[in-house]
Amino acid sequence: MYLLAMIFVAILSNNIVLSQFLGICPYLGTTKRIETSVGMGLAVIFVMVMSAIVTWVIDLFLLQPFSLEYLRTIVFILVIAGLVQFVEMVLKKTNPALFQALGIYLPLITTNCTILGVALLNVQSEHNIIETVVYSLATGIGFTLAMVIMAGIRERLELANMSNYLKGAAVTLVSAGILSLAFMGFKGMVTL
Amino acid sequence: MSTLGQEFTKGLFKENPTFRLILGMCPTLAITTSAFFGFGMGISVLAVLLGSNIVISAVRNLIPDKVRMPAYILIIAAFVSMTDMLLNAFVPELHKALGIFIPLIVVNCIIMGRAEAFARKNNVIRSILDALGMGVGVTMSLTLVGIIREIFGAGSIFGYNIMGTAFEPMGVLASPPGAFITLGILLGFFNYAFKRLGIE
Repeated sequence: MYLLAMIFVAILSNNIVLSQFLGICPYLGTTKRIETSVGMGLAVIFVMVMSAIVTWVIDLFLLQPFSLEYLRTIVFILVIAGLVQFVEMVLKKTNPALFQALGIYLPLITTNCTILGVALLNVQSEHNIIETVVYSLATGIGFTLAMVIMAGIRERLELANMSNYLKGAAVTLVSAGILSLAFMGFKGMVTL
Repeated sequence: MSTLGQEFTKGLFKENPTFRLILGMCPTLAITTSAFFGFGMGISVLAVLLGSNIVISAVRNLIPDKVRMPAYILIIAAFVSMTDMLLNAFVPELHKALGIFIPLIVVNCIIMGRAEAFARKNNVIRSILDALGMGVGVTMSLTLVGIIREIFGAGSIFGYNIMGTAFEPMGVLASPPGAFITLGILLGFFNYAFKRLGIE
């Protein structure tokens, strides 16, 4: 039951983009078309779950026993960067089709606050391994959901009549604000 | 080659990271609930940017091109960890409010962006000025957003109540939707202002 509540909270009431403000840069950058949003979202889910597991294991077996928690930032970001590089190489060899689909987004994701943010949130909230996987997966799905909705809105906005100064990032941010307001309606439905 | 003075001033307005380059959006939205937090985050980014620009520029000829990304990440992460510990020691309430966004300065596009675009191609003096300019620019924009959200969201500036007791604060501005909307409108306004002032 607790896991279901966690999934609900991660996707809806505490959405990573619309409530926690992580991943705004890709949010503004790749939501011009629905296809690119879906591609980016899938890549993020993939990397997020894997890096969450790896960083959690490293934290448990390497950082905590030797009281090296202050090295978390450095170790986590290096692990994530290395992992993405490794995944890119493996994908290229084993599944060229998937690599073609995800390829361009993988480097974009490395220096992305969502991945590092979720990795840090997992260890700070002291999740166990099951909770880590579920939380990361749900957060990735929430990110993809927010991106696809925004892409749909932006595709429509392109045909709208508006001042030149508001086009681009400005109107996207205001739309995100209204979207965030809508998602606030989910607050209080499930209390963790 | 632009003058030394121009290296500093370009970060303030012409290439302001928040409103012109549109970088570092995550902290801008998340912690500007009050002017003090915005200012604090701006100073932290300035400190890390200064440190990383100096070091990366100093060793720019020693890092092989293939490993430059991990090397930059390592240098930036080291400065972020130092800033994190210093903030925790000297301003614990700010540290608690900024929370997870202090470690996230590592992946802040401003820092990596300046390292990639500037520090590795220019000498230390220019890199210092570039870092100072960008850092002060970021601090100004974060503080501005913080001031607006604090005035309308809580009726105060830097903790001083200026709107009086009759003012009913607009709670929405202190919460996530308000952050998005404030930043969006400010961005549109600055697009117009810069166009009118003739800044490209």
